[in-house]
Amino acid sequence: MSDEYENKSSYQAQSSETISGTGSGVSPDMDYVRPAENPEQDLYHAHSFIEKWVFCQDAKVIGVQYFLTAVFTGVVGLILSWLMRLQLGFPGLAGFITAEHYYQFVTMHGMIMVVYFLTALFLGGFGNYLIPLMVGARDMVFPYVNMLSFWMFFVAVAVLMASFFVPGGPTGAGWTLYPPQTILEGTPGHGWGILLMLISLSLFVIGFTMGGLNYMITILQARTRGMTLMRMPLTVWGIFTATVLAMLAFPALLVSSIMMTLDKLLGTSFFMPTILKAGEVLEYGGGSPILFQHLFWFFGHPEVYIVALPAFGIVSDLISVHARKNIFGYRMMVWAIVGIGALSFFVWAHHMYVSGMNPWFGFFFASTTLIIAVPTAMKVYNWILTLWRGNIRINTVMLWCLGFIVTFVNGGITGIFLGNVSVDVPLSDTYFVVAHFHMVMGIAPLMVIMGAIYHWFPLVAGKMLDEKLGKWHFWTTFLGAYSIYFPMHYLGFIGVPRRYYEMYDSPYMTSGVGLNEFISTAAFIVGAAQLILVFNIVKTMKTGKKAEKNPWKANSLEWFTSTVPPEHGNFGERLPVVHRWPYDYNVPGAEEDYLPQTAAPSEVAHTEVEKT
Amino acid sequence: MHAGIIFFLVILGSVLFHIFTPWYWTDIASNWQGMDDTITLTFWVGGGVFVAVCLFMVYCVFRYSYKEGRKAEYKPEDKKLEKILTWATTLGVAALLAPGLIIWNQYVNVPKNALEVDVMAWQWGWQYRLPGEDGKLGTTKVTNINDENPFGINVDDPFGRDDILVQSDYINLENNKPVKILLRSVDVLHNWYVPQFRSKMDAVPGIVTFYWFEPNKVGEYEVLCAEYCGVGHYAMRGGVEVQSTEDYNQWLSEQETFQDLIAKQEKLEFENKKIVKNNNFILNKDIYKEE
Repeated sequence: MSDEYENKSSYQAQSSETISGTGSGVSPDMDYVRPAENPEQDLYHAHSFIEKWVFCQDAKVIGVQYFLTAVFTGVVGLILSWLMRLQLGFPGLAGFITAEHYYQFVTMHGMIMVVYFLTALFLGGFGNYLIPLMVGARDMVFPYVNMLSFWMFFVAVAVLMASFFVPGGPTGAGWTLYPPQTILEGTPGHGWGILLMLISLSLFVIGFTMGGLNYMITILQARTRGMTLMRMPLTVWGIFTATVLAMLAFPALLVSSIMMTLDKLLGTSFFMPTILKAGEVLEYGGGSPILFQHLFWFFGHPEVYIVALPAFGIVSDLISVHARKNIFGYRMMVWAIVGIGALSFFVWAHHMYVSGMNPWFGFFFASTTLIIAVPTAMKVYNWILTLWRGNIRINTVMLWCLGFIVTFVNGGITGIFLGNVSVDVPLSDTYFVVAHFHMVMGIAPLMVIMGAIYHWFPLVAGKMLDEKLGKWHFWTTFLGAYSIYFPMHYLGFIGVPRRYYEMYDSPYMTSGVGLNEFISTAAFIVGAAQLILVFNIVKTMKTGKKAEKNPWKANSLEWFTSTVPPEHGNFGERLPVVHRWPYDYNVPGAEEDYLPQTAAPSEVAHTEVEKT
Repeated sequence: MHAGIIFFLVILGSVLFHIFTPWYWTDIASNWQGMDDTITLTFWVGGGVFVAVCLFMVYCVFRYSYKEGRKAEYKPEDKKLEKILTWATTLGVAALLAPGLIIWNQYVNVPKNALEVDVMAWQWGWQYRLPGEDGKLGTTKVTNINDENPFGINVDDPFGRDDILVQSDYINLENNKPVKILLRSVDVLHNWYVPQFRSKMDAVPGIVTFYWFEPNKVGEYEVLCAEYCGVGHYAMRGGVEVQSTEDYNQWLSEQETFQDLIAKQEKLEFENKKIVKNNNFILNKDIYKEE
């Protein structure tokens, strides 16, 4: 790495020297970019409707397929959350929600949102669509495997959804699936429900591995000429690092799923100790429930960053484009993404401070957890420093980014409470935790997803979404979501435990009743507000303004395709050649306020480009 | 412009909410004041950072909103600024971590004079066991548990004979006397949690886990299960009554020991046998009579 860095800085010095010669010193050499190392990829073009839209090998179509499937699961998750909030805010109002149902809703909502919605949406959806476009490739390097990846995901979703209809219903074990209760009577869906969940997760991991290999290898091997690693948009850096994390973390989930399936079906005892149930000793013995928790969180914590890092990357790009300013501290941003990714494998047991593991672990995991706060805080500083002295378009995309900053900082700060071992003791397993992770890995990434939809919709569909509707959508969602989760922390302070179907007349809850009603009402409104986006999309597709090419005046390659929306192969006859990073906005001396990555040094020799 | 104002109001609203909230922690009733203090400290530092970052953002929205023709600054990096921010953040984080670790050190080191209380959990209920005159709890085993031996005490362990058994969801504790909670579960994960004591720990089947606290306020408190344990989780409640030493000793003297339980059961068994004998006798007599 250090070699590359030195090369880079010497190159930088050289180029700025040449450039300062204002025009006269222009030589054809300065545009030189090393020739491609690999021949161009042969693409398999679709021959029929099915090959084009169903079993398609074009990463962009696969991206949209991933996106739509993930959104479908997200809608299911949203409806489940409504049902939960109905019970919590107005207990007994909906008589059909029994305790069993409630726990099934909790479980399915959690698992769907974390794995099938957010992970699939960021990596499968945005990853597939944007990686080849942003690095200047014609497609993913293994298009066929990429197609299989989506269909494996599709089957995983189908299996998961099938569990709503099997005897006993879906599992109600909590999304963390902690054994022994997961597979014992006393937990809803301990038969078919949990089996389908475990099978679905295993399929998801297999499918995801196929996609993940594609993302990684495409980024490492198929970048276009001149696209050095340190010239990649942060979106690509975020997705790349998240994929590496996923490749390392998901096997732990797969292993624990397989072991639990064996415990359930064959009566092995990986996670099952001697258990007395209804006066009888079960035929288990010697297993460790805590082992499962270690495996689960070894996956589970990196999973948080698998969702967060793509969001970090995307939001950096959106902020830079719409603030018309270079991202502040690009190299710091890259190393922060990589550093957070690496550190995320050393913090998992902060989910287990009160799990009964050896309490001395607490010292180590509290320290690593708080260390992670440093690179994360640096990213936040750099986002707001990007806004500083910018020329900020306050449009819908930017609003979502600002909403992200507020919710992410809020959720990040409460993370410092929970990571700090002894502070976690009174707060763990209460609504403080629920509020924290919804704010930081629910709402904050959602803000980025929404911003990304408004930003890239013109590219994908060729039409501009309506700004006015977009602003209504933003404000109802942001203000609504904030008023759900900000006050929810205070329920945790009272001591209200999570995963309670009902509080009865517990002394802790008497003062919280009004608050719960308020939170539930806000949740109904926020959920319904998403219809504004649906309406906006429908309206735009029918009557919306046609998008001009590169409507945001952005620099990165996805806006420089031969057609809009891009066709299979992305870039027409010749692949673009890259000469600079994607953040040259408002470069002194340039006529326009942006310099595309493809702008050759000789074209802009009169400008004072500092960084290439 | 409007956007900046609304964001500003959100920040202001958050601060005001925190100051005037009617929803805050329950009055503490144990020695873990340090946890509350660290939370307060984290609130000041973290809340300060939150407000500062967001206000700076709002300022940027006001000051640098888009104007046609204005040039944004072009400055890819500022090493000095980045360095200052990194070190300031590191210092802030260390300042929060230090008290957290100090208190954790207290949490994992149980005082020698703590009273050991065996808390046994199952789906869905609690029961408790206190050491008898010997000051030691007898060893237990899940497979020993049955109607005659509800705690699964090893019958040949001499320490177990005088153990005091509380077969109820409710337990009494002595005020100002440290307690070491020994958690045991016979089936799934549970967690014995009293919000006023601030402390908690999971009960894990197969192992014994622990934590400690010192109750310091006489009163009755609700016990909640804080680790999801199946469909009855939300109903798995219990209670603690913290009493003055006098009241506590009074209560303690009324409790049954394992020895008492065995004796009672033996007596019961003996009486049962006697009844059976009498019945047989009567029966026989009747038979005899009929004959």
